[in-house]
Amino acid sequence: MRIEMNVNGRPMAAEAEGRTLLVHFLRDTLGLTGTHWGCDTTNCGVCVVWLDGKPVKSCTVLAAMADGHEVRTVEGLEGESGLDPVQEGFMRMHGLQCGFCTPGMMMTARWLLDQNPDPSETEIREAISGQICRCTGYENIVRAVRWAAEHPQGADESEGVNA
Amino acid sequence: MQVPAPVEYERALSVEEAIALLVKHGSESRLIAGGHSLLPMMKLRLARPEVVIDINPLAGALSYVRREGDELAIGAMTRHADLLASALVSEHAPIIAEAERVIADPVVRNRGTVGGSLCQADPAEDLSAVFAALGATVRIRGPRGERSVDIDSFHTGPYTTVVEPDEILTEVRVRIHPGASSAYEKVERRVGDWAIAAAGAMLQVSGAAITSARIGLAAVGAEAFRAPRAEALLSGKEGSPELFAAAGAEAGRECNPHSDQRGPEDYKRHLVSVLTERALSRAYARASGGAAR
Repeated sequence: MRIEMNVNGRPMAAEAEGRTLLVHFLRDTLGLTGTHWGCDTTNCGVCVVWLDGKPVKSCTVLAAMADGHEVRTVEGLEGESGLDPVQEGFMRMHGLQCGFCTPGMMMTARWLLDQNPDPSETEIREAISGQICRCTGYENIVRAVRWAAEHPQGADESEGVNA
Repeated sequence: MQVPAPVEYERALSVEEAIALLVKHGSESRLIAGGHSLLPMMKLRLARPEVVIDINPLAGALSYVRREGDELAIGAMTRHADLLASALVSEHAPIIAEAERVIADPVVRNRGTVGGSLCQADPAEDLSAVFAALGATVRIRGPRGERSVDIDSFHTGPYTTVVEPDEILTEVRVRIHPGASSAYEKVERRVGDWAIAAAGAMLQVSGAAITSARIGLAAVGAEAFRAPRAEALLSGKEGSPELFAAAGAEAGRECNPHSDQRGPEDYKRHLVSVLTERALSRAYARASGGAAR
């Protein structure tokens, strides 16, 4: 069947089987490999993308169910003025080690900050509680999200990358 | 790599169309709402429908929480996250909000639906215990019209319900009793897991006396998710820590848990006793106008 969806603001279309999962459609059909594919069982959250403005686990959504809808992936985080503050925060606060969970973590973090611009550490941990960092780097992930909360406009020119 | 077996995809734009598609494709078709129960089952080949009928376009019509007279009406397509966020739910049925906070994880709650959870009818499903405690009724529509079913006769066994292959659950209704309140307690191994055991309670109180008591148990093999002998201990009595402990102990005895990877049977019975006691205590405090927590 033909599936059309708006991905990161751009209309995209391709043929896929009815059983194709959204994560595989994004990665294998559209070539957007920023979204990762992990546990296959709705547990790990590396495949989190936005569907109609809300984070969902794309291993548990059929691509056909996103037909005609809006999807945002990690490739859509960066804006015209550069990296999203969440991406900047993950870079500065060492929010990633192996990087496998990072796209899902960042998509959930962006959504959290859109709903709650100043989340507590507890609220951040709650928001990412359905996602697993197998490097166990949660402390720095929380710091990265806090950094983004404290720098809603991104980095100050005067701050070095290693600040 | 886990992917579903080949399946035909259909989309319903109305409840009538969903029923027509179910009739057309017969018993090898399944409705798919949030998909967070059905798709994992399809990946494991525990479910292998030939056709899935996507009812997400019905979210506009079937996603709501509203008060209608002395009842709360909850649309079947209401997502877990929306139920958790509902002020009406928190006010009139705190047991639902407390359960939703520990159902799956925040991202899964953006997708999974009330109706999907009930129709999946997993023996560990929190909402089955919650609506059993609340004495809910469910509305079901099909080619033969609409019917209402009491939650006590909704489940016909593990993973099976009275919803026929050509029918769709459209709404859950919960009566708002004066002087009643409720609470939910769950122990899970980690965030997002099914309960090792969970207990919910709804108490109606007049003065200090309990006039009506319902207990809902998840994951422990309770008949219709209820604990009738424990409930019988409570009716007509004045609430007290001793009474709630006795009712908890009875619930722990009368349920029917099995030893599995989540724990041995005796541990689950112990959990049921303690969780039932705690849920009763908090429901009673709330119903008596006491501490909200």
